[in-house]
Amino acid sequence: MTAHAEEEHFAGSNKLFMWIWAWLLILTAAEVFLAYRPMAVHFMLTILMGLSIIKAALIVAYFMHLKFERLSLILTIVPMLVACICLLFVFFPDSFRSFDLRYKHKEPPPVTQSSEEH
Amino acid sequence: MSTEARAETFAASDWGGGVLPYRVGHRKLGMWLFIVSDSLTFSALLMGYSYLRASNNWPTPFPFYPSIVFATVMTFCLLSSSLTMVFGVSASSKGDQQGARKWILATIVFGVAFIVLHLIEWNHLIHEGLRPFSLPEHWVAAFNQADGTPPSPLFGATFFAITGLHMFHVASGAVYLAVVAARIKKLKHEDVEISGLYWHFVDLVWMFVFPLIYIMSVDIGGHLAK
Repeated sequence: MTAHAEEEHFAGSNKLFMWIWAWLLILTAAEVFLAYRPMAVHFMLTILMGLSIIKAALIVAYFMHLKFERLSLILTIVPMLVACICLLFVFFPDSFRSFDLRYKHKEPPPVTQSSEEH
Repeated sequence: MSTEARAETFAASDWGGGVLPYRVGHRKLGMWLFIVSDSLTFSALLMGYSYLRASNNWPTPFPFYPSIVFATVMTFCLLSSSLTMVFGVSASSKGDQQGARKWILATIVFGVAFIVLHLIEWNHLIHEGLRPFSLPEHWVAAFNQADGTPPSPLFGATFFAITGLHMFHVASGAVYLAVVAARIKKLKHEDVEISGLYWHFVDLVWMFVFPLIYIMSVDIGGHLAK
């Protein structure tokens, strides 16, 4: 491949990449700001993951150049990965069940013989 | 137009052999497949962490300084390293090998800064008493629930495993980039682009580790300050 052809293949200007970098920094600052806002854990987790997915998409699309690749490559890589990650969510109902099954201490745990010796 | 000639215009002809159907070389496709598999490794680790967190009394011990300040500066280093890497790939695509080498070296500097800051942060936590399977005593006292349920001792295991594996990726990426920078005159543009893909992936993983491990573990209630 000639240098000219490669230059055409590597689309995107340095100015565009600096804009993407600036947006990534702004979104990171928003995440740190959110960390100190009083809100429900589920709500904060949803916002943080939303921001992270936007940041990841910016990195993959522009820095990793996937936006400028063939659609067939994008369709081979992205949907399968998203589907596999979503399948991992199947474990969460068990983690919530496990939390509810945990022994609830009504009073401080009893002091055993061996722990008294220490 | 003959039937054979018309067949050339069908998309299916991409898969008939003799052409690169994705219009990328086999090495670049290999790197993409590696990135997919490594993404699943980190996804599984972060899911395991989330599982443990949802099923336990989980401590949230990170103060603004040093933990959050360090993690934010580390994020800045990684994002900036991705920018310098993309400048390096851009320079390489124009045939400017010296420029590409300069930007790749800048990327390595940011990567090493990330590792140094991370090791200082680890040192803080280890000095405080955090171990893979036990918490510092004052954390246990601070995060004990009203009904006496102690905080999970697995905080250290998940923290050191996930951030450690990520740090290993950054360190091996820095070595990989150093080799690319040293041999840049012998390498093709695609080789530089492939090393860039790996480096951006390391940055991408941190975009999930930072909020899940650090931001979600901020000591908002000031438990440890009491």
